[in-house]
Amino acid sequence: MFSFLSYNAQSVLFSTFLLGMAAGAIGSFAYWKRQSLMSDALSHAALPGVVLGFMIIGEKNLFVMIIGAAVTALLGAFFIQWIRSSSRVKEDAAMGIVLSVFFGLGIMLLTFANRMPGGNQSGLDSFIFGQAASMVSKDVWTMMIVALIVLFITVLLFKEWKIFLFDPSFAKGLGISITKMNALYMAILVLVIVVGIQAVGVILMAALLIIPSVSARYWTESFKVMVILSALFGGSAGMVGTLLSTFGKGWPTGPFIVVTASSVFLVSLFLGSKKGLAVVFFQQKRQRKRMALLEMTKEIEQ
Amino acid sequence: MSYTGWILLTASLVGLSCGLIGVLLILRRMAMMADAISHTVLLGIVCAYLVTRELTGIHMLIGAVVTGLITAIVIQWLHTRGVQQEASIGIVFTTLFAIGVILIATKVGNAHLDVKHTLMGEITFIPWEIMEIPLLGRIPEAVVLLSIVLIVVVVIIIAFYKEWKITSFDPALAASLGIPVIFMHYLFMSLVSLTTVAAFDAVGAIMVVAMLITPAAAAYLWTDRLSILFLLSSSFGIMSAFIGYYLAVWLDTSISGAMAFSTGIIFMISFLCSPKYGVLARRFIGRKKTANI
Repeated sequence: MFSFLSYNAQSVLFSTFLLGMAAGAIGSFAYWKRQSLMSDALSHAALPGVVLGFMIIGEKNLFVMIIGAAVTALLGAFFIQWIRSSSRVKEDAAMGIVLSVFFGLGIMLLTFANRMPGGNQSGLDSFIFGQAASMVSKDVWTMMIVALIVLFITVLLFKEWKIFLFDPSFAKGLGISITKMNALYMAILVLVIVVGIQAVGVILMAALLIIPSVSARYWTESFKVMVILSALFGGSAGMVGTLLSTFGKGWPTGPFIVVTASSVFLVSLFLGSKKGLAVVFFQQKRQRKRMALLEMTKEIEQ
Repeated sequence: MSYTGWILLTASLVGLSCGLIGVLLILRRMAMMADAISHTVLLGIVCAYLVTRELTGIHMLIGAVVTGLITAIVIQWLHTRGVQQEASIGIVFTTLFAIGVILIATKVGNAHLDVKHTLMGEITFIPWEIMEIPLLGRIPEAVVLLSIVLIVVVVIIIAFYKEWKITSFDPALAASLGIPVIFMHYLFMSLVSLTTVAAFDAVGAIMVVAMLITPAAAAYLWTDRLSILFLLSSSFGIMSAFIGYYLAVWLDTSISGAMAFSTGIIFMISFLCSPKYGVLARRFIGRKKTANI
């Protein structure tokens, strides 16, 4: 493939491809759970964890930072759930609160971390908008392995996911525990988010989960095909976006990945074979023609 | 006025106007819409800059209100085309925000625009950017801008008070009474964008979201009356500004980050301790009831 790129660049591209695939697949679960914006809240909530992970061991170690991110993201999820279930504040407001307060805390901690020895060169800022160029080969491997684990879980439990999403009461009859599935769903959602934030950034990570799945909806009615398409869309957005961001020095990766994903979405919106704007337009036109013809024959008969 | 005074005044003005707008956001269940608009106004500011090559004043406001309205319209349009509301918010704001960031990072990056600045604001610089106002003397630009926006917000809220009340609590009734619900919706979206952009420059996008949603949600736990909601929410906004500022000075950290965090503290206190809808009160009252039985 991209033979003009160094080995390192190729492996970064491959890892963002895998990340995009994992995000696209999990994104379509989130779509059907109607939790698209949950991923936005969780990725913002991951920021304080990333910085805390750095501050605790005093150097940049992706593994520790991921654990920190997962802890605060799950804490954020817990708060959203708690606020929603035990007060009159609705879910969207709860998400907005968690998103902004956790991010504010993250920014506070970031100021501390940047004052620490070595903090300024640590590239912590790249977690905000994503900087694939800042990834070293250990980061690339971590990202690939996590993305593969998530994809593996998706494929292995595909039938269970389908039942869990579309027919929870049936799942009970089959002996599938909804609580456990929910926990597993939350776990892989958080896993994809936290492993992706170094490349895509906390602010735009949600887009990689949301946009591919909605694009895939325009091409199919089948859930299985939707997940596959969404994974492919996500994967190509991840790869192409990363490639685009390498053309300029210091260009952030996240925005380019998002804009690539949105281009796929625009194409799907207009040309998608199911409910795409063009298809709907021609269907309506044909319908009108048929109606006109029907009226004409009626008139002739009379 | 002193340096600290100006910063506190700027932040309080943000807290005040965001607190007022926030009440309507919470009642209309549009919190995430505000999050979306507060991100997309970035694109509006960048576009206004590309066209006029100026970063201040009326161009920026117009650019932001236009993008805010476009955001609201596109989200609505996608929703009527069958995309879930949540997902369409997620698509539209991330895309427009990403375009804004790319424009800054590639084309206009060498100018005053800076991505980090737009997120976290530069409230510490506000007292230095001063303009001359007749009768009042030398006042920071941000304070002037925020005061104008606050006046607009207050006037529009008071002028349509009854309409806001009915459209927020009972849209169906409002429509049957002949209140132009759709007009009110887009008027409200313009107000949100206006407030956001004025505050954006001073305190950054994230604090705007925090100030818009959190104080109003906290106030929502204390009362049911709309007028008291407005009062409480805007005072919570000002309180967060003060607590946040002194927290930031004490810990020597980001001011806008600390202010966003303080809104969370106020919300948490309300969430736990509010006598009406707080968690503790509910538990306590619940126990008392069972004891009575």
